Amino acid sequence: MEVAKLTDVTRVYKIGELETRALNGVSITINDGEFTSLVGPSGSGKTTLLQLIGCLDQPTSGKVIINGKETTNLNRNQRADLRKEAIGFVFQFFALIPTLTAYENVEMPLLLNGKSPAERKQRVMELLAAVDVANRAHHRPDQLSGGQQQRIAVARALATNPKLILADEPTANLDTENGKQVMDLMQKLNKETGVTFVFATHDPRVISYANRVVTLQDGLITNDSKA
Amino acid sequence: MMNYFKMAYRNLGRHRRRTFLSTLALAMGTALLMFIAAFFQGEMRSSMETTLRLNTGHLQVKNANYDPDKLSVAWEYLIENPEQVAAQIEALGQVQSATPRLLASGIVSASDESVGVQIMGIVPDSSANDPYRDGLVSGDFLTADDREGIVIGYPLAESLGLNVGDQLNLLVNTSEGNVDEQKFTVRGIFSTGTTSYDKGVVFLPLAKAQSFSGATNHASMIFILLKDREQADVVAAAIQGEGYKVETWRELNELLVLVNDFSNAYLTIINLIILGVTATVIVNTLLMSVFERTREIGILSAIGMKGRQIIALFLAEATLLALSGITFGSLIGWALSAYFSKVGVYFGDLGMSKDMLLNDRIYTELTLDSAINLIVTAFIITIIASLYPARMASRMEPVEALHGAQ
Repeated sequence: MEVAKLTDVTRVYKIGELETRALNGVSITINDGEFTSLVGPSGSGKTTLLQLIGCLDQPTSGKVIINGKETTNLNRNQRADLRKEAIGFVFQFFALIPTLTAYENVEMPLLLNGKSPAERKQRVMELLAAVDVANRAHHRPDQLSGGQQQRIAVARALATNPKLILADEPTANLDTENGKQVMDLMQKLNKETGVTFVFATHDPRVISYANRVVTLQDGLITNDSKA
Repeated sequence: MMNYFKMAYRNLGRHRRRTFLSTLALAMGTALLMFIAAFFQGEMRSSMETTLRLNTGHLQVKNANYDPDKLSVAWEYLIENPEQVAAQIEALGQVQSATPRLLASGIVSASDESVGVQIMGIVPDSSANDPYRDGLVSGDFLTADDREGIVIGYPLAESLGLNVGDQLNLLVNTSEGNVDEQKFTVRGIFSTGTTSYDKGVVFLPLAKAQSFSGATNHASMIFILLKDREQADVVAAAIQGEGYKVETWRELNELLVLVNDFSNAYLTIINLIILGVTATVIVNTLLMSVFERTREIGILSAIGMKGRQIIALFLAEATLLALSGITFGSLIGWALSAYFSKVGVYFGDLGMSKDMLLNDRIYTELTLDSAINLIVTAFIITIIASLYPARMASRMEPVEALHGAQ
């Protein structure tokens, strides 16, 4: 089944008079259960592609279908709803809310989805255990290591059982050991729960985890190979 | 709902000093406004009460031809048989007291100095004269049959160096248009607490004032105090008569009524200015917080938080700031107002005209009404002002917000 389908997608950024063509007529389909890596040099369009799949941004032209739903004509709130229900994010920086504890950070998407307190508690504890930080549940991000923070971010991305998790350079700010732990975790979750992962990366060690590698250059897909 | 406030509380806790200073600004604004409101209210009430009690009463009955600026005691301007008229009016249920008064212009001189005064002939026993009787600082009040006694105000006594028992020379413009002169003995010295009034008036018993000025069996007015001043129009209608004019306190104090009405508008403007300034502090605090938290807003938006939920988050912060600042400020404002309602603020003789008398000491007066009004207004203005930064946060594009802080 197709989780995401992009057809002839172009994204042009305008800064003053200057136009930058970040993506130039890209078509790609992400299937259920894939563990896809987007690779390519800086400025090749990886992050832009990820943002379009994640409904954080809208294409200048072309079609983006997520979970069978055409997203091009959705308004802000509808896109927020789609993200809330169907997509989880893991960012390069450890994107936790600093005033909330690990527990509360993971709980946030569940709150936004209107889950009951009992459901939330059960789900959060389950997820914290799955990413191996249950004993740090009531610590704030500044009391946790980078690896722990990124694992919590992964737990948060999984909270609402999304079909798709998008990760932008998830290991870029981690040391080798922690990077490996996070990748092992994502791979394990992919295999056990079937959740689809798409990550943008430079890191060859990360690429080695992928079962599909999509290479971008100058806003175009130059290679798409399955392992 | 609780979660917004929990997050808001923690966010405010990130920059404790900034939060404290914003709260303090709001508190100071609220306290200041409350004190100003209490001061104005006290001032206006004091001014109204003092003027009515000392100068105009609630109603005055005069000869239809009477001209208050001339202080003439020519018979055609006066009321005949005033004590009989006063007795009839006093029989009305709404009237507390009705008493004849004869006003004449005169000059007091003692040693080498002389001062122009208003001579007021009064019926000493009338309760309308209580402010002077109760205000005696030395000596005794007049008796009806006293033929040589006079009661003068403390500032006048002081400026002429007079004490109880001393003699003074009094000159009067008589009803025939002549001038008469006689020596009087100071029986008592009074103070009503309103220097501008006390320095310009002397009291004689009505009978003596009548014979001295040639206005026998006549008075300038019947001075009437009501049990409830709002009944003035009703009572005025009841005592209309041929050759008389009846004036209510509103007509007699047009300027004061106008100033009173204006003071509310004036106060509203001051409120808006001060609240505008404090609201700016709050807006500034929230704006800084929006800029600092751009990335967090991006994250929240990425995980599906909607614009209105982001607005709610910032409004929750504004609400907490407003609640703490306004509560703190109200307590200070209330304490200040309570203190100065007992002690008063001394201004001395402000040299106001007789149209608007003011006690030398102004006592603040904070009504529950104006306190609640102020608290609600301050709260609403703070929240409305916070909508700007809150909306700004809610309109950030997630991509830009996420990039903004990387």
